Amino acid sequence: MSEKRNISLLHCTVNGKERDDVVKDNLLLADYLREEIGLTGTKIGCDGGECGCCTVLIDGVPQHACLRLAATCQDAEIETIEALAEQNRLSALQRGFHEKLGTQCGFCTPGMIMAAEGLLRENPNPNEDEIRQGLAANICRCTGYIKIIEAVQFAVDELDSKGKAA
Amino acid sequence: MEYMPNFQLHRPATAEEAVKMRSDNAAALYVAGGTDLIVNVRRGIEQPENLIDLSAIEELKSVTKDKDGLHIGAGVTLKEVAENENILGKYQAVAEAAAAVAGITHQQYGTIGGNLCLDTRCLYYNQSEWWRQSNDYCLKERGDIGHVASGGKRCFAAFSGDVAPALLIFEAEVDLVGPEGSRRIPLVELYQNDGLDHLTLKPDELLTAVHLPKALAGCPSRYEKTRIRGSIDFPLAGAAVRLKMKAKKVNDFAIALTGVNPYPQIVKGTDDYIGNAFDDESLDKLRDNVRKQAKPMKTTTVAPWYRRRVIGALARRLTEELAG
Repeated sequence: MSEKRNISLLHCTVNGKERDDVVKDNLLLADYLREEIGLTGTKIGCDGGECGCCTVLIDGVPQHACLRLAATCQDAEIETIEALAEQNRLSALQRGFHEKLGTQCGFCTPGMIMAAEGLLRENPNPNEDEIRQGLAANICRCTGYIKIIEAVQFAVDELDSKGKAA
Repeated sequence: MEYMPNFQLHRPATAEEAVKMRSDNAAALYVAGGTDLIVNVRRGIEQPENLIDLSAIEELKSVTKDKDGLHIGAGVTLKEVAENENILGKYQAVAEAAAAVAGITHQQYGTIGGNLCLDTRCLYYNQSEWWRQSNDYCLKERGDIGHVASGGKRCFAAFSGDVAPALLIFEAEVDLVGPEGSRRIPLVELYQNDGLDHLTLKPDELLTAVHLPKALAGCPSRYEKTRIRGSIDFPLAGAAVRLKMKAKKVNDFAIALTGVNPYPQIVKGTDDYIGNAFDDESLDKLRDNVRKQAKPMKTTTVAPWYRRRVIGALARRLTEELAG
């Protein structure tokens, strides 16, 4: 770490790829992802942790990328919305948002999906209350939330039936 | 991208190292989860030259139990506090308060230490740089007039942490580590009634742990808050109540409030109820007593008179519920 220039050497994993970057100490994770790496799926809505649009998973836990300094993510595993699709096929949650019209303008969607992803990893079979609780820190100004909850339920059902088939 | 001051980030591995970094560096601030502090840094309210990130200090992240009670590291996340089996039911109000902080995403990286040391909040303070500048700033930051009350000589910014009142009713103590070593004080002594300077922490001191006494484990308790949006906001008013009944009479009783004063406040006069049963009349009297002691000022968009009504109603309702 340089004494004068206020920079840090950051080693982390972003969407499965290990990276080493020199970052400014005051660089926010959201700006690191969007400006330095070019992963613009993560949105910046409010700049204050109120909207949840910038939610990403850090070591599997949903956190606000706009309130986290990039240099504090040393050795962390960071996952963004870009990590979810596999071999060009949408993830169950992404399909849910598509099938159930959980997206209108789309700005909150990456944050919603990453918060839901974190929820499902911890609790693969949440009821409606638990889904509402899991998405409580994410704001959507279009859908009125009903469609978003249905989208998550769609993913829960799909993952559940897949689990049974396997 | 909003304005970010140019600061140097430090990542100590131990509490001792953190304290040393703080005393060695000018204009340094501690940051734990950052859910509140980073917002203030982004808004130019805080302009640190050095930021000491506490998230890599493993020794602050455990909850342990022994013959004296429960010991919670300052770096334990609010979600862990809300779900810990030694806190749920045993110190129920503490779990409920942790689960009521902001939204679930904040609780997953916001810490109990951070919530206890939360800066006071105000309508005229938690605003963007241009907003504050056009208002000539305020007593709490850069300006010299307080906008909340006439005269403008005092800062009434409200303490808005949820966990502190819940810990206060359980007579919690906290460890503070400084350059001269460690000291343990009752949590109530961590706070003072001054919106500008509500923490009694010395400049280099770091809050490292919270202790809950074993004697009060299992004593029935609740925490509830009123906020603008049920999913995410700071409290407009919050009340924690601990009440033990014996043969339908009050045996042990404590109430603490948040969001209505510059410091989390223990309600005076609850001992007067010991040995008596509750009825509508005494519950109404309790409600009025709570309203009298709460002094909400115009620090939120919601009017003080409403918050004063709400805080009394909350305390009364929780007490009635706990009285059974």
